[in-house]
Amino acid sequence: MSLASSTIASLRQRLLAKEISPRDIVSDVAQAIEKQNASIGAYLSWDLEKAFAEAEKADLSLPLGGIPIGIKDNMNVTGEPCTCGSKMLAENYTAPYDAGAITKLRSAGAVPFGRLNMDEFAMGSTTENSALGLTRNPHDLERVPGGSSGGSAAAVAGDLAVATLGSDTGGSIRQPAALCGCVGIKPTYGRISRFGLVAFASSLDQIGPITKTVEDSALLLNHLCGKDARDSTSLDVDVPDFTAAIGRDIKGLRIGLPKEYFISGIHAGVSAAVKAAIKKLESLGAIPVEISLPHTDVGVSTYYIIAPAEASANLARFDGVRYGHRSTAANDLLEHYMMSREEGFGPEVKRRILLGTYVLSSGYYDAYYLKAQRARTLIRQDFEKAFEQVDVIVSPTSPTPAHKLGALKDNPLAAYLEDIFTIPANLAGLPALSLPCGTADEGGKALPVGLQIIGKPLDEMTVLRVADAFEKA
Amino acid sequence: MPAPQIDIHHIAKLSRLALTDEEAKRYEEQLNRILGHIDQLSSYPLDAEPSAHAMPVFDVIRADVARPGFTQQEALSNAPRRAMDQFQIPKVIE
Repeated sequence: MSLASSTIASLRQRLLAKEISPRDIVSDVAQAIEKQNASIGAYLSWDLEKAFAEAEKADLSLPLGGIPIGIKDNMNVTGEPCTCGSKMLAENYTAPYDAGAITKLRSAGAVPFGRLNMDEFAMGSTTENSALGLTRNPHDLERVPGGSSGGSAAAVAGDLAVATLGSDTGGSIRQPAALCGCVGIKPTYGRISRFGLVAFASSLDQIGPITKTVEDSALLLNHLCGKDARDSTSLDVDVPDFTAAIGRDIKGLRIGLPKEYFISGIHAGVSAAVKAAIKKLESLGAIPVEISLPHTDVGVSTYYIIAPAEASANLARFDGVRYGHRSTAANDLLEHYMMSREEGFGPEVKRRILLGTYVLSSGYYDAYYLKAQRARTLIRQDFEKAFEQVDVIVSPTSPTPAHKLGALKDNPLAAYLEDIFTIPANLAGLPALSLPCGTADEGGKALPVGLQIIGKPLDEMTVLRVADAFEKA
Repeated sequence: MPAPQIDIHHIAKLSRLALTDEEAKRYEEQLNRILGHIDQLSSYPLDAEPSAHAMPVFDVIRADVARPGFTQQEALSNAPRRAMDQFQIPKVIE
């Protein structure tokens, strides 16, 4: 088994037994990239010499000592590009500082290695909105990897990385993890610092790991979580040892099945795989409980008001002055702004900036943004009520397996509606994980299906416990 | 309530996006379709306080003390154009 296809847990054992060195791991990952990235397109760039230099210095006594981690291209790593999959930042941006999550990884001994493709500014669910290249699903190269963290998921699934970081605003960690057949967790809002993560929708964005196993996600969370004074929304709460969730039973745990999530319109293969997964959880001693999340039907509308509104404000910083693309065609300052942004941003980003600007524009704030904020409260209250009866909630992560490349390209609304199961956890700030639960047949291929497990606020522990028990059964 | 109609040229200007005519036409159609969907909220009973985000964190204030930041050169390092150690913009005042 190659080192790139190993888990963090097994690599750490072998490092400590001195069977392998950190340089061996980086070298093996680099070989996998050289060999396969041309077809999968997970990485936008990588700096092997820098990674070797950092691997040589890695302190193996630290908990993640010597482990290379691939980074979604929207988190700043000193001296590296941070393109956000956009022409806006592709030409001439070099990160002058480390993001909070990167500082955390480094202080646990990990080595950030490689920049992973994504939908431009994390807007999308196929990675086709990247202006810088196509990423393909390792399970079928004619299909999308999901998104927006498509490069992060494809790298882990294709064994081009041991583990990666992604970011999740409406499902952007969980959905690509589901479509590529790996594990991805979005922790509770505020668990991980977003300092140095290029902001999309600040009330929803959260960083999290994408890994080959639930145990690896627990290991990474141990060292990613915690208060950062540079992100005022990061939570000042204790970080438990998440690996304590590994290897436990789930007898007597109550598993909520939202009746609004098990509806017609879900791909038959996805539905069958998820139903089989629920049977398996039951056979492990969990107790299924039907619950109701009555405001599910307004989740997508609420999200597609709040996220574009916040994005339109966050992306106002791209003015062609301090960093990013600058038009050479402008004659005055207004033209300079309008041309620089017109040339730098791609179609989906423009669409969302326009939508967000519209819902916040004079006369429409009460009709859209304020209503969406009220709906967010109702959606959160749905979960609060449900969690009085159950310990976790399970659902499909995505209503379909991976689409063919280009299938949703000219229909943004259809693409948005597919976020139905992942969006509520962002709106309510809840921890949610996706892990593989079998396959669905589509076009003669067996494509991965993801099971989503949603937990109470700050209760990643129970989410990981259920996921680990399921994974090992 | 009829589906809202977006004034794409007004919104593009507010957004500081110099759309081409083809883009303006396409976005107008697409946004009207998206707004037609999200307009479901307008007739939905929403009897709840608005929440700006999910966690009960309010008014985080830090101590008013200096902390490390960029040097001037670091802050300027990604500027597409600079002059005399400052960001350069097109002329604003004649």
